[in-house]
Amino acid sequence: MSFKLRYSQYNERSILIEWPASIDESILQDVLCFKGIIEKEYVKQKVYIISAYNSLLVIYNSAIDNVNSEFEALKSLYVSLKEIYEIDSNIFKIPVCYEDEFAIDLVSYSKKIKRPKDHIIRLHSEPIYTVFFIGFLPGFLYLGGLNSDLHLDRKTTPNLNVKKGSVGIGGKQTGIYPQDSPGGWHIIGNSPLELFNPKHNPPCFLKAGDKVKFHPISKSEYAMFQEQIKHSNFDLKTLLIDD
Amino acid sequence: MIKVLKSGFFSTIQDEGRFGHLAYGVPVSGAMDSYSSQFANELIDNTIDAAVLEMTMTGAELLFLKSTTIAITGADMNPVLNGNAIDMYKSITVKPDDTLSFGRLINGFRTYIAVKGGFLSESVLGSRSMLKGITDNSRIHKGDYLEINTTSNVVRSKNAKLKFNPSHLNADILDVTKGPEFDRLTKSQQTLLFSKTFQVSKNNNRMAYQLDALVHNKLASILTSPVLPGTVQLTPSGQLIVLMRDCQTTGGYPRILQLPEKSINMLSQKTARSSFKLRQSVF
Repeated sequence: MSFKLRYSQYNERSILIEWPASIDESILQDVLCFKGIIEKEYVKQKVYIISAYNSLLVIYNSAIDNVNSEFEALKSLYVSLKEIYEIDSNIFKIPVCYEDEFAIDLVSYSKKIKRPKDHIIRLHSEPIYTVFFIGFLPGFLYLGGLNSDLHLDRKTTPNLNVKKGSVGIGGKQTGIYPQDSPGGWHIIGNSPLELFNPKHNPPCFLKAGDKVKFHPISKSEYAMFQEQIKHSNFDLKTLLIDD
Repeated sequence: MIKVLKSGFFSTIQDEGRFGHLAYGVPVSGAMDSYSSQFANELIDNTIDAAVLEMTMTGAELLFLKSTTIAITGADMNPVLNGNAIDMYKSITVKPDDTLSFGRLINGFRTYIAVKGGFLSESVLGSRSMLKGITDNSRIHKGDYLEINTTSNVVRSKNAKLKFNPSHLNADILDVTKGPEFDRLTKSQQTLLFSKTFQVSKNNNRMAYQLDALVHNKLASILTSPVLPGTVQLTPSGQLIVLMRDCQTTGGYPRILQLPEKSINMLSQKTARSSFKLRQSVF
């Protein structure tokens, strides 16, 4: 796939590369392929990259001297991206407890979208979601693939303290709060997993391009996961789903 | 080692920031005013990435338990060593039992203390910059002990000639470049940006500075995209938000302007009600 990209200088030391503005798996694949090849080729001259739905921000180690020659270098790298560059991607099963104790907005949400709770849980845990990128908070996954029956605008008054692990729905998106935070999403469950741990490297076991599937668990299973994570004897490999 | 007798209003240890984990949504962080923090490090022959203490609005009171060399830069908070006023922008030798304290804020908003070899607070994901959710301590507190590197106190004298730019603390014009969505503004909105006087609102911190003065607009939000410190977002209600060092890595508001490093540093020294104008500049 080859898209018409827009290159522009973002600040003294970074370049923004933009794809057509839409949330699209084929754009994501192209964004991540390009990101992968930049990281592979720019080893002598260290760069840092932020990726999002349709853009890459390439941050250089120091001010860019000649931006046009950098544009050219990036463009020729993109052209060289002919053969499909395999992105290593995993599918993870994310346990979520949808019981009342955690699902603080499930009753009001169920009334608003006029669907029973068990139906919501099924529609939410059925699809395989794609991690488009991580942003907003450390470890916050931007997931694509929410069933349109579950779409509902954010709450008009945000909750000042959404608990870590909360699983919510906001507009067309669903996600998990990696830490306590204010937030306006409808909370329908909670995952016992640690999505972000600054003491681990990498601090997040998921990355852009990975896939996730929510797996409903009971309160006692939730407690079991919590216990294992607390004592660091939890093996993330047990969450992997084979392709 | 340094004992914290008083923390000041908001004091954190900062270095050049945490770049390696942006893809996981980890903010860059680092000294708000990198010009002043680098200047402090240069005065005492530190590498520019040595961690410094950043103090906001009011200064800390520190008891030195080991001898070292320090330098103070940025906002003038009337530094005092053992009761005697001392110079800023100069390397100063301190001995065990010396107490460094600060008085009234004269100008600027953030003061930096560099110590020889740097502060040795916990390094997380490649940086010592303190940030809630990343480092165990998100600021320094009364009673804390701050580790410092005491292997060398030697400072070459040549750095005494370094000259601090005096207009840095009270700039009334900040240079900016166009942001990715600048061209979506109408001509009159664009003109307005460079003629209006902006004021820092009371909502200003290490994450963002909100500006008072509205720029009415009908811009649609964008697909969530990368942002960096210095990115100026325009909200649907017309508010300008200048993202600062601890900002998130992506955002959905149109990015109409971008502050270069020098302007971020100058803005960091401004407090609520400080006013300034924006001037369009090119790379």
